[in-house]
Amino acid sequence: MVADATRVQAPAPARGLGRGPVLCRHCNLVVPPGLINSSRADQFCCHGCQTAYSIIHTCRLERYYELRQQLDDRAPAPGTDRTYNDFDDDTFRRLHTRQIGPLIRCELFLHGVHCSACLWLIERLPRMVKGLVEARLDLRRGIVDLAWDDRVVRLSQIVRTLASIGYPPQPARDRKSRAHRVAEDRRQLVRLAAAGAIAANVMLFALALYAGIFDAMEPAHRTMFRWLSMVLTVLSLAWPGAVFFKSSWVAIRTRTPHIDVPIAFALAAGGLWSVFTTIKGSGEIYFDTVSVLVFALLAGRFFQSRQQRASADDVELLFSLTPSSARRVEGDATRDVPIESLQPGDLVQVLAGDSLPCDGEVDSGDSLIDESLLSGESRPVRVTPGDRVAAGTLNMSAELFVRVQTVGEATRVGQLMRLVADGAQRKAPIVRFADVVGAWFTLGMLALAEFTFGLWLWLEPRHAVDHAVALLVVTCPCALGLATPIVITIATGRAARRGMLIKGGDVIQCLSTPGVMILDKTGTLTTGGLALVAWHGDDSVRALVHAVESTSSHPVAKALARDLSDPSATPLCLARTNQVLGCGIEAVAAGRRVVIGSLSFVSALARVTLEHADLARRWAAEGITPILVAVDGVSVALAALGDGIRPEARATLDELRRRGWQLRIASGDHQDVVTRVGSALGFTLEDCLGGLSPEAKLALVERTKASLDPRSGRRLVMVGDGVNDAAALAAADVGIAVHGGAEASLAACDVYLSRPGIGSVLELLDGCARSMNVIRRNLWISLFYNTIAAGIAVAGLLNPLIAAIVMPISSLSALAVSLKSRTFADQRSQPVLHPGSRP
Amino acid sequence: MSVLFIVVPLAVLLAAGGVLAFAWAARTGQFDDVDTPAERMLHDE
Repeated sequence: MVADATRVQAPAPARGLGRGPVLCRHCNLVVPPGLINSSRADQFCCHGCQTAYSIIHTCRLERYYELRQQLDDRAPAPGTDRTYNDFDDDTFRRLHTRQIGPLIRCELFLHGVHCSACLWLIERLPRMVKGLVEARLDLRRGIVDLAWDDRVVRLSQIVRTLASIGYPPQPARDRKSRAHRVAEDRRQLVRLAAAGAIAANVMLFALALYAGIFDAMEPAHRTMFRWLSMVLTVLSLAWPGAVFFKSSWVAIRTRTPHIDVPIAFALAAGGLWSVFTTIKGSGEIYFDTVSVLVFALLAGRFFQSRQQRASADDVELLFSLTPSSARRVEGDATRDVPIESLQPGDLVQVLAGDSLPCDGEVDSGDSLIDESLLSGESRPVRVTPGDRVAAGTLNMSAELFVRVQTVGEATRVGQLMRLVADGAQRKAPIVRFADVVGAWFTLGMLALAEFTFGLWLWLEPRHAVDHAVALLVVTCPCALGLATPIVITIATGRAARRGMLIKGGDVIQCLSTPGVMILDKTGTLTTGGLALVAWHGDDSVRALVHAVESTSSHPVAKALARDLSDPSATPLCLARTNQVLGCGIEAVAAGRRVVIGSLSFVSALARVTLEHADLARRWAAEGITPILVAVDGVSVALAALGDGIRPEARATLDELRRRGWQLRIASGDHQDVVTRVGSALGFTLEDCLGGLSPEAKLALVERTKASLDPRSGRRLVMVGDGVNDAAALAAADVGIAVHGGAEASLAACDVYLSRPGIGSVLELLDGCARSMNVIRRNLWISLFYNTIAAGIAVAGLLNPLIAAIVMPISSLSALAVSLKSRTFADQRSQPVLHPGSRP
Repeated sequence: MSVLFIVVPLAVLLAAGGVLAFAWAARTGQFDDVDTPAERMLHDE
């Protein structure tokens, strides 16, 4: 399969020479021996790849190779040997396909779609599959829309072809909510266009009216422009601007303060007063200000919601948690069926390497289950008939037959997702700093304009109107309304390019000041898998252990084989091995009898020294798994497996503490393990909380959040990766999900870091602090400029025409400052961190 | 200058036409996916 070929990690090329296949630097395919040029650092499989690489290299776009690997990491729920026959099932057809004329259409979510070449390949699919009429890909969302003739080809055939060219598909299951989102996007766009067109026209009328003040405009023309402005502005308030009135009405009714209230008030005041003066035939009108304000506010919101929409689409990935099909046992055979058609009481087969499709009870089989998705526990759990297993967990070592109890929404994982959705809904919106300033600014300026008008009516009635208008024009809120969303849009865009997906602008505000940070352990502070954390005893047997453990697929054996591999060692020959599940392995290697395994297993087969037995018991008490190694009947070494601490964790945490963040660990893992990791990372004992269920994590987050004073600006940030953190991520002020865990956390979080570990958290905080500074600076520039201009206007030294010329300068300067500002670094640079020592 | 009484409303109607055309385009999904067509046209044979 192509996907497998591209997923091979690029090794440092020159070192690849002489051992193992040499891979092409560009496409990662194996380089034919004849083309290997040992004088070059990089090897290529063909001239085309070499040219492509040199172009990419010359343009300094090497990040492409990195991006490609990041994208390739997102795999669907693990499955083996998919036949995709479930795509032909009646239930699947009813749920996911629709008949249009003679053709059947279906939308599928594809993994691994990321570039123009993918688009080309997928849209050429009808040439490969007879009967497939059309394949249209939405590149950004990775959704393909297929139309085929059911009499000629079956969906499973099309899907198998897609999978064979490297794009494993799954049904796009949230079609309804996506259709809803698309409809809302369209409405928003139409509203924005209407508001923009109205604002532009009313501005033109206003310009004509200002100019008319000097040229003695005919009263009839003046009346016409005023009435036209009124009609258009009332339209703008009633149609696009209605969103502000609706949401502020809700806010007033539910007594929750909301930014839309002062905005709606300003709009209503400006509009009503102008309608009154228009009908009266004399007095000032503010239609231009009102309609431009509607447009500017809608535009700001549009930019932000586009950003959010891009991440909302990633919710698709949620469905990679549980597989979309199951192998149902029917009589003597098994059949692939979509999980929607599973009934309680059905028996399903789960092969090693598959994730479980349902909650249920093991009927037969004996295997290890990785439950880290739900519990955060890094060690696999052994299950035997009668044990309960949960959907979404991973079957690691042997085939299992599971009696279905619940499917879909009702499963543990489904309920957890429910909690996530609730948490996200309950979260009160954070009043945006810039919106508050903008709303009060507008109200203030309207009041000031009335004051100026009154003042000059008393001083010099003839010029009262001019001065009030000049004030309103020169203090047009465009700079305020547009500059902030633009800073946020640029900052989130740059952050996204650096692998930090920020979903909302308010995150930037929240992360710019230190607060309380609750961190998950497994996968966030630690690597999440088993790793060799200590070695005691004879180093010379490491190669022996490596050779023996390489033969086993048990997770402990795999971890040992990986961490003990030494490329300089010569391979040892193995004579015979005997594995006992859950205990250890016995083998003859290089003529020596080797026993590797748990204390009880090894002491039954060899003599264990007192020192080794003691150390093994001590390690076990600390929460790490001791593995004894005995050679020729005597124990010689002791390896310890645990969840390895990420190298950058210590330095990052110390830096966070230095900046005033208050840190805590909350983990689902055993308390002893959490304490061990926590103390290695400088946490005090009371800040290491272990044994927390997902619900307990949620409660902890809500309790801590309630204890923070909202006025202090201190926020609660949750950093986590797994499904067990998802509810807590959603409930926190800011939830940061780190790469490597379940994609479910993507749906729950406010920020998604695509690099594993917490190293990029610092970079995120720096970027947010800088962005917030730029926003503040913009507002100050704008406020400063407007105050001076307002002062001049109140003093009657500014006429409307000059004001109309000066006004855009403030907007442009604010825009220029925003565009040039350094928020998130453009270049790729890693914060300098000193790798901490492993315990 | 009484021509203004015809021309200015006409201009507003023209703008309204533009907005309606845009609304039609948006509602029929022309702006739903703005990234893919840009790539697709590079491959059209």
